[in-house]
Amino acid sequence: MILLSHYIVVSAILFSIGVIGVLCRRNALVIFMSVEIMLNAANLAFIAFAREHGGMEGQTIAFFVMALAAAEVAVGLGIIMAVFKKQGTIDLAKINFLKG
Amino acid sequence: MQLAFFYFFSGLSILSALFVIFFRNTLSAAIALVVTLFGVACLFGLLEAHFLAAMQVLVYAGAVMVLFLFVIMLMNLGREELLKIKLAFLGIIGVITGVCLAILLVTRFMGLSAPLLSLDLGVEYGTVKSVGKLLFGEYLIPFELTSILLLVAIIGAITLARKPQS
Amino acid sequence: MFPNNPLLEPFLIIIAKVILIPVIVLNLIPLLIWMERKVSAYIQDRRGPNRANILGVRLAGMILNFADVVKLLTKEEFFPTGANRFYFVLAPGLVFFIYVITTAIIPFADVLKIGEFTMSFQVADLNVGVLYLFSMASLAVYGVMLAGWSSNNKYSLLGGLRASSQMISYEITMGLSIVTLFMMSGSVSLNDIIHYQSENPLYWNMIQQPLAFILFLIATFAETNRNPFDLPEGESELVAGYHVEYSSMKFALFFMGEYAAIIVASSVLAALFLGGWQVPFLSTQALIDNAVFFLNVIGKVFGVVSILLGLVLMVQFRPGRYKDARDFEVLILGIPALAVGIFASYFFFTQGIYDMPDWAPPVFAASVQFVTFITKVILFCFFFIWVRWTLPRFRYDQLMSFGWKGMIPASLVNLFLVSARMMF
Repeated sequence: MILLSHYIVVSAILFSIGVIGVLCRRNALVIFMSVEIMLNAANLAFIAFAREHGGMEGQTIAFFVMALAAAEVAVGLGIIMAVFKKQGTIDLAKINFLKG
Repeated sequence: MQLAFFYFFSGLSILSALFVIFFRNTLSAAIALVVTLFGVACLFGLLEAHFLAAMQVLVYAGAVMVLFLFVIMLMNLGREELLKIKLAFLGIIGVITGVCLAILLVTRFMGLSAPLLSLDLGVEYGTVKSVGKLLFGEYLIPFELTSILLLVAIIGAITLARKPQS
Repeated sequence: MFPNNPLLEPFLIIIAKVILIPVIVLNLIPLLIWMERKVSAYIQDRRGPNRANILGVRLAGMILNFADVVKLLTKEEFFPTGANRFYFVLAPGLVFFIYVITTAIIPFADVLKIGEFTMSFQVADLNVGVLYLFSMASLAVYGVMLAGWSSNNKYSLLGGLRASSQMISYEITMGLSIVTLFMMSGSVSLNDIIHYQSENPLYWNMIQQPLAFILFLIATFAETNRNPFDLPEGESELVAGYHVEYSSMKFALFFMGEYAAIIVASSVLAALFLGGWQVPFLSTQALIDNAVFFLNVIGKVFGVVSILLGLVLMVQFRPGRYKDARDFEVLILGIPALAVGIFASYFFFTQGIYDMPDWAPPVFAASVQFVTFITKVILFCFFFIWVRWTLPRFRYDQLMSFGWKGMIPASLVNLFLVSARMMF
């Protein structure tokens, strides 16, 4: 018997993993990936709640989140590439060209 | 049967998500993320959101992650200079915060005992047709705004990637 | 097949389909390799494979595939220095696996209905249909990228990068060009699109939507990394591209994966644009109603053709032509063909089949549709091979600018035209 809580717990665990990734890693790309995990966890929760209510609205929201993630990745990776070209690293601790 | 599939795919996605944040090799992290996304897509499928499952694989695994791999390969991060995880003070705090968050969320949501399979959903649920009707009917304005967002993203990416004109 | 048999549970049928349908597709691979060799040979005015034989039987060079298998299985496994072994082994398997699982939604014939019993000739009739195919096929790019990266070789890396950028660029055209088909037929399921096209060739999407057909065809060439878009493995620049470091069975998996990709692409082309399993001018109902007549006609034609084939083969018998077992090949093949032909003609011209049990006409219709579908697939495969051996390769910047500045605007225009036609 699958309960709603099963899916929400999985979603919560995935979200926390994403948070840990963002807080611990210094590699800009991995931080980006952790953000993707968090977005996915949110999507999973949306769809699970939509399934519980029998409505489709949660699925449309998840669709919008996907489009947003695609846009975010396009710009974000562009920024990371630009920073890499300028600084030669994507270690966030070493990127300090805003310091005066 | 469904429960077994649920445990398999959720275990797969959680395990590979852990790999994403703990692999030192950025490429391995990206591949692990692909596995996570695939597992989540399978969970979508178990929740009868077939269109979203297909979209998840098509958009995330097929396009977004390919871009990630592309960038990783273009940067060609050598194995020696792979960024090491130094469990510094901030890192430890990060892990503690994350684990606390997980415990908080999990204990909070354990109580939700609504059964998922009791509802009669009908054959249309989660199909391309029904999602499309919602997107082009009730949610038309957000949908069009999404296209503007994507356009902005395209222009932004091109501006960032273009060589500065001298 | 037999509705009264209680042993055949739907579950068993599903298992059988899961095993059989990939096997059908995999069995087309050696046929395609043989076709590639023979067609390229005749295009270049030479003979092609005609040496390898088993007891003198060469089957026009098809036996060479067995020699290939032995060769590839016994070659040395080679790992380049500094290669990442895990990804190096994973990559070819991934490519092959991805293309095999995309076959799950290809319908090989109409739904078989015998009384209460129904069975579809596809593994899964998903409501997301073609989207499943696209999402799975888009995963194949990982195999190519990982192969290029893990080989620790700059040619491989360049090949992998080229392949991936090419595949994600042309995927856009691919998706946009078939959106028009979804709009016309109101469904993304392959089966619905085939039903919508009906049995009249004039209503097939190839005739109805020529621009979408051409765009999709070009995009599939780029997706399968075939000439004129085979820049990822362009041997004059990159040695062999992403699989330059591969040997033995790992190379074979890439090689078979390429042909599996061609077969999947051809079956999708056949299903979307050439009416799939629709027999020209004959609907499923017409086939079932006239099963007895068609079966007799097919039997007579088969008998006569088989006799002629046997005679043509036997006339070519020249003792001492090769001075080994190959001399007798025409006899080994010709005598059984003649015998079968004589038997079939005798049976169908004197007696024929006049009464059938209830299950036979639907099964007959399904098998005719199956053969029709396979024929269409092989036609497209032939086209792929033909193009490869007659057209030169693009330059890489030409390929990219053609994809982004030519194909994508063209598919948008096509989308606009078709929507205008549907509105007014």
